[in-house]
Amino acid sequence: MAHVDRQTWDVVVVGAGGAGLRAAIEAREAGMRTAVICKSLFGKAHTVMAEGGIAASMGNANEHDNWQVHFRDTMRGGKFLNHWRMAELHAREAPDRVWELETWGALFDRTPDGRISQRNFGGHEYPRLAHVGDRTGLELIRTLQQKIVSLQQEDERVSGSYEEGLKVFQECTVTRVLKADGKVCGVFCYDRESGRFFVLEAPAVVLATGGIGKSFKVTSNSWEYTGDGHALALLAGAPLINMEFVQFHPTGMVWPPSVKGILVTESVRGDGGVLRNTDGKRFMFDYIPDVFKEKYAQTEAEGDRWYEDPEHNRRPPELLPRDEVARAINAEVKAGRGSPHGGVFLDVSTRMPAEVIKRRLPSMHHQFKELADVDITAEPMEVGPTCHYVMGGVEVDPDTAAATGVPGLFAAGEVAGGMHGSNRLGGNSLSDLLVFGRRAGLYAAEYVSGLRARPAPEPREIDAAEAEALRPFSAEDGRGPAENPYTLHQELQQSMNDLVGIIRREGEMAEALDRLTKLRARARRAGVEGHRQYNPGWHLSLDLRNMLLVSECVARAALERTESRGGHTRDDHPQMDRHWRNVNLVCELADYRAEQGEADPVLGQIRLSRRETPPIRRDLLELFDKDELVKYLTDEELSR
Amino acid sequence: MSELQAEQRSGAYQAHFRVWRGDADGGALRDFEVEVHEGEVVLDIIHRLQATQAPDLAVRWNCKAGKCGSCSAEINGRPRLMCMTRMSVFGRAETITVTPMRTFPVLRDLVTDVSFNYTKAREVPAFMPPAELGPGEYRMKQEDVNRSQEFRKCIECFLCQNTCHVVRDHEENKGAFAGPRFLMRIAELDMHPLDAAPAGGVDRKRTAQDEHGLGYCNITKCCTEVCPENIKITDNALIPLKERAADRKYDPLVWLGNKIRRRTE
Repeated sequence: MAHVDRQTWDVVVVGAGGAGLRAAIEAREAGMRTAVICKSLFGKAHTVMAEGGIAASMGNANEHDNWQVHFRDTMRGGKFLNHWRMAELHAREAPDRVWELETWGALFDRTPDGRISQRNFGGHEYPRLAHVGDRTGLELIRTLQQKIVSLQQEDERVSGSYEEGLKVFQECTVTRVLKADGKVCGVFCYDRESGRFFVLEAPAVVLATGGIGKSFKVTSNSWEYTGDGHALALLAGAPLINMEFVQFHPTGMVWPPSVKGILVTESVRGDGGVLRNTDGKRFMFDYIPDVFKEKYAQTEAEGDRWYEDPEHNRRPPELLPRDEVARAINAEVKAGRGSPHGGVFLDVSTRMPAEVIKRRLPSMHHQFKELADVDITAEPMEVGPTCHYVMGGVEVDPDTAAATGVPGLFAAGEVAGGMHGSNRLGGNSLSDLLVFGRRAGLYAAEYVSGLRARPAPEPREIDAAEAEALRPFSAEDGRGPAENPYTLHQELQQSMNDLVGIIRREGEMAEALDRLTKLRARARRAGVEGHRQYNPGWHLSLDLRNMLLVSECVARAALERTESRGGHTRDDHPQMDRHWRNVNLVCELADYRAEQGEADPVLGQIRLSRRETPPIRRDLLELFDKDELVKYLTDEELSR
Repeated sequence: MSELQAEQRSGAYQAHFRVWRGDADGGALRDFEVEVHEGEVVLDIIHRLQATQAPDLAVRWNCKAGKCGSCSAEINGRPRLMCMTRMSVFGRAETITVTPMRTFPVLRDLVTDVSFNYTKAREVPAFMPPAELGPGEYRMKQEDVNRSQEFRKCIECFLCQNTCHVVRDHEENKGAFAGPRFLMRIAELDMHPLDAAPAGGVDRKRTAQDEHGLGYCNITKCCTEVCPENIKITDNALIPLKERAADRKYDPLVWLGNKIRRRTE
């Protein structure tokens, strides 16, 4: 086999979004030589698209806020399926993670007394989101990027090299996590620009690759979201949990077709925007579920008063958690009360003066004007659900972010599972990235420091990874002609959208699994033209493996869970069932020959099992009223 | 209904595209006939070419929503984001020419080597936190952060860097000149209410002039014109930075600007 470049590092971070960069900063500050590897240019990661804000109970806008209230909101949002320890750590540490950003140069919007301003968001009891207009993700990524640069400047002053202790390998893709003696020993990568392969040897690998939205047709996610980290973990032998829970953000653009799915920030509703159907009715009042009945306004008048006087009024139901709003919009459209292009109306123009809209929602104003010829200060937007986030991911230790069963493998951010339960609250993603990104970097460094010897990658494993990556260049085998990877991708997206989308049915999911089997076989023959230098067709062919693996996880787990909860809605099992609350569905690789890329594509690649989650710690349970807990926990759990 | 009628009803039509294809060793414009649908942007058409006619056509993109600044190119000679350029701004019979950014070396097709920008980013000293304030103790007025916040809207599409005539056809200036994006970064830090650079002995205005080539800028505003975020790079960042740079006498434009302003005030 051809010579493959090898380099040695202490910690390798896969992904350069919020979680990856925060992990890298922590690992480097713990003295580790740290490599970050990312598919895009440095500073372009999907985190830039986050709009609304970072949830942290700093109490700047309402002094009653604290970590316990944030914890409570997070558990409610996730319908109590969240790993309580992750939700606790997240709520406790988020304020420190936000304040720290200021010391690195972040400039958040301010309160009149000069502190960080906080805004309302769905499911959060108090105004809690630190924000910069509606471009908070950009501020986060730029701040972390600039912090990385400042650490490189420090290194340069000492060693003469910017990249001695912390290097970003941009526009590179990892196709395999390498193991030796059952432990992580590095990653196999290709450089997108040149097409060359290389190996980064390191005893600790932090997965921070984000989500899976590109398996769905209508999505707010960028091309990078092909489930790479999810698949890398599976292939390395680590289990995924909660994969049936996929968040459909209630408000994506619906028209024109080419922008369908692009996100419309929840801040529009947080700042006063309302949802109306084609009859002009604020329909959300008809969709307040029992578990939230006491917490939301029953009349428009009360909902409107809440913006000015939250102490004495309840919040409007437009600010229910995302899963509730997405289902409601879906139901209105299905009942024939939708807007001309198959969405509903989101109106901010009759709620705020044009100047305020432009100041608070500048990128929404820009986005609609440029892409849809809609002036949101004068007319309503048309919006509908869009695949936005996967709650499921790598099963991790809540404190250390270590993946289950694979020493040296860590995961943080969207690629990790458990934190958000069945549904994530808006604003809890950016805080999740920072809290668990830092923890992953910290504990990866600790793990490496504690090692006596470092395992080295086996040449055989590197050869196998190389052969797998080169397969698309010799795709025409005896079984049929080469397949166009773009066509396969479109068929996958259509199947997942139609059959495992926002509302699910048993027969359709079985059909989806059937289609996935056929696509898997065809994907083996995905072929490309041209050479390896910056060849997007080749890149997509390799990404298809990952999308097919995670799609199978989603479909299998969704078929198994016979209830509706959060980001998993079953038409044939519409109720939430308390007996499912403490059950996690665990996805593992069924056939470990897939580790070598040799499993029979006709067979399912995922084995599903059930795992009972640990009981919620008593002092955390006591933060809730008994009346509320009976809606979620079984009598047996409550009597413990 | 005939196919043609169906197309007309959906607003679809055939467009003529010329796309530069090649690599560091050279290349040429290639002609394509490609279908266009209602509401599409140039990036949609490039993606359709990939999916149907040129699977290995190299293009850099990410969010397709104008937020990441990856898909910069020159469309009919004008530097733009492909994802924010609606097809409806062109006539249906018009030939649409897409070429890579000219100021940076071509890697392949529409993808250029933008490492110049990352090199320049590293040369700007980072934000310096004030020693006396801990995390959570920062207090700043909104009106005091507005100015720097405008510059932090930058999505690093590098269109301003590509357009700036100081480096566009002047490879020889690249060493000494940071470009509008990074001069604006210096202005952003200089205007940050709590940046402790002065206490740390760093005069950002001075270094902008002495080390980052601020003097090369003769405020033609090309950068401002191409900024997809509508940041007033020249008026709000570069000119104030020039004014604040200590050695005014070395910059005749500022001297002139001051004269004119004094007269009108």
